[in-house]
Amino acid sequence: MDKDFQSWGGFPKVSQSVKKLNWLSHIELDSLNASVLPRGLGRSYGDSCLNDSGILLDVTTLKRFISFDEKSGLLRCESGVSFEQIINCFVPRGWFLPVTPGTKYVTVGGAIANDVHGKNHHVAGTFGCHVTKFELLRSNGEKLICSKEENIELFGATIGGLGLTGLITWAEFKLIKVSSPFIEAETIKFPNLREFFELSKSSEKDFKYIVSWVDCLRSDESLGRGLFIRGNFSTTDDIQEFKPQKSRFALPFNAPASLLNSYTVKIFNELYYGKQRTKTVTLKQHLNPFFYPLDALSNWNKMYGSKGFLQYQFVVPLDNGYEVVKSIIQQISKSKMGSFLTVLKTFGDIESPGWLSFPKKGVTLALDFAYTGANVLQLLNQLDKTVASSDGRVYPAKDARMSAENFYKFYPKAAEFENFIDPQFSSSFWRRVSQKSR
Amino acid sequence: VTAKNVMIIGATSAIAQSVAHCFAKNGNKIFLVARDNGKLKAVEDDLVVRGAKVESFVCDISETYKHHELLIAAKEFLPSFDVILIAHGVLGDESESQVSYETAKKILEVNFLSVVSLLIELTKTFEAQRSGCIAVIGSVAGDRGRQSNYIYGTGKGALEIFLQGLRNRLYKSGITVITIKPGFVDTPMTSHLKKGLLFVSPEKVGKEIYQAISKQKEIVYVPRFWLLIMLVIKSIPEKIFKRLSL
Repeated sequence: MDKDFQSWGGFPKVSQSVKKLNWLSHIELDSLNASVLPRGLGRSYGDSCLNDSGILLDVTTLKRFISFDEKSGLLRCESGVSFEQIINCFVPRGWFLPVTPGTKYVTVGGAIANDVHGKNHHVAGTFGCHVTKFELLRSNGEKLICSKEENIELFGATIGGLGLTGLITWAEFKLIKVSSPFIEAETIKFPNLREFFELSKSSEKDFKYIVSWVDCLRSDESLGRGLFIRGNFSTTDDIQEFKPQKSRFALPFNAPASLLNSYTVKIFNELYYGKQRTKTVTLKQHLNPFFYPLDALSNWNKMYGSKGFLQYQFVVPLDNGYEVVKSIIQQISKSKMGSFLTVLKTFGDIESPGWLSFPKKGVTLALDFAYTGANVLQLLNQLDKTVASSDGRVYPAKDARMSAENFYKFYPKAAEFENFIDPQFSSSFWRRVSQKSR
Repeated sequence: VTAKNVMIIGATSAIAQSVAHCFAKNGNKIFLVARDNGKLKAVEDDLVVRGAKVESFVCDISETYKHHELLIAAKEFLPSFDVILIAHGVLGDESESQVSYETAKKILEVNFLSVVSLLIELTKTFEAQRSGCIAVIGSVAGDRGRQSNYIYGTGKGALEIFLQGLRNRLYKSGITVITIKPGFVDTPMTSHLKKGLLFVSPEKVGKEIYQAISKQKEIVYVPRFWLLIMLVIKSIPEKIFKRLSL
């Protein structure tokens, strides 16, 4: 049993054993006597990357490239290849990821299993939208090539399928051409939520990368104030200026108690919003700090102390998006359980092939809360109600507590998805949310 | 930067792969040797994507009668040998090898005698080309015999003496001979061992080996703190050492 393989949020804590996979040509799943779950870099916050009393198939050593087409940018690689590896190898050659989440410490397999999204969702959709093909190893030894032409259903079930349909051994997707490692970025202060929606609307056409930070402790006329960040890759021809992110600062151990509590979060929010004096700041920024600001601190999750924390991300349709986000910020503000990094963004209408894909057209808010006990769970259950009644959904990759009832409501294709789960595969998340159906 | 010609024996080892990544950047030519075809193909593809020109040769290196054929194939692909990295090796079943001559012999054949055979064949080529670098992965286990791994340690220690002599002989021809002594590295070879603080990643070890080759070092401990650890271990008088359970 291995204690090192917890989830990024550190809640819940489980006990499981780990099997490292070293070579694609030498994987044996048939000799395993407990349920298995593929595991990448463990950046999922909740229990979707955990398999209590079971086995994790550690793919982080399956990290070889297989082929690359310099003309089209089509890359095929093993599923444990990390986004960091792709950036360091391909940015100097003028290629970048089609979609990236806010950390580069994710694997290709994990990016598919969670169908991750990024700052360019409104123009590029999810990562799964760019995957052309992958190989799925099932526990009966079958190796299935899945694409939009072959094994179409498994293709749809596996993208966003939380690692439950089998082991993705390799995948193929297209990189995008860039001529610079820099982003021409603008940061605009917005005084309230209303203005966020206006800024989003007016920016989506001209800016490929958009994200906002919100101060979620405000409940008066400045409710939803924050910083709107938008940018595009610079078009200057200076790709040779790329530098891999070097030594990362690491917290040597968990903070004794959560450093992020309602007091520190309040101070942080005041400083963060207040540090920018003018309405707009423009900046030519290297892609690492622009896309991955938190990666500079390699284990920022330890700031929350040993009890860990919970993430909560939902999406609701745009029509009533303003009211729902407002209501949720009010509920949080009232609870005095401030979220340290609150991220707000609108999703576009590009549909993912993934059946359990989280993003859909609307507005999404991501929050984090130190795990302080039942009061947090109570607050999140309350937020679930608001989201469920507004035709929204909650992101499984960040969840450790949503009910089975809500899961099936959020994901109407979940019942069909069940038919494609590999009988040997399971996860703590799945056993929790599928309780009622079994 | 001119392109380099590199040969790597034991190319599927985790350490060899990370050294190869460092060489795969500048259009270098790399000739790979390993015994498992499937693994070798995976390593070859990876290095090609990273920008190297690669050819590989499947061979169980303990079958020394194949070395001649191997080197002919290598010479056909590589116009010269700028760098040779010998990275193959087995940990073996130490307790079995301490009671069974056959097991001990097999470990010594793989870890020591195969290198002797290869380098005897290659020395003339190096002397003729009057440049290049021979880097061989030894081990801190070769620095002092201990009850927990002295068969493995014997092979690595013998290797060190052999390389010392070769370094001495090839010095006047301008050839660099490097003995690399890794400590504990987190690789498939050590997957059964409990990982303590002294374990480092093969990526880190690979980078340090690449730097040692670039800087033409002679004997390198990777990571460097092993130099201190082994200085202490080597300085303990035998009278005391024999009583320790190491």
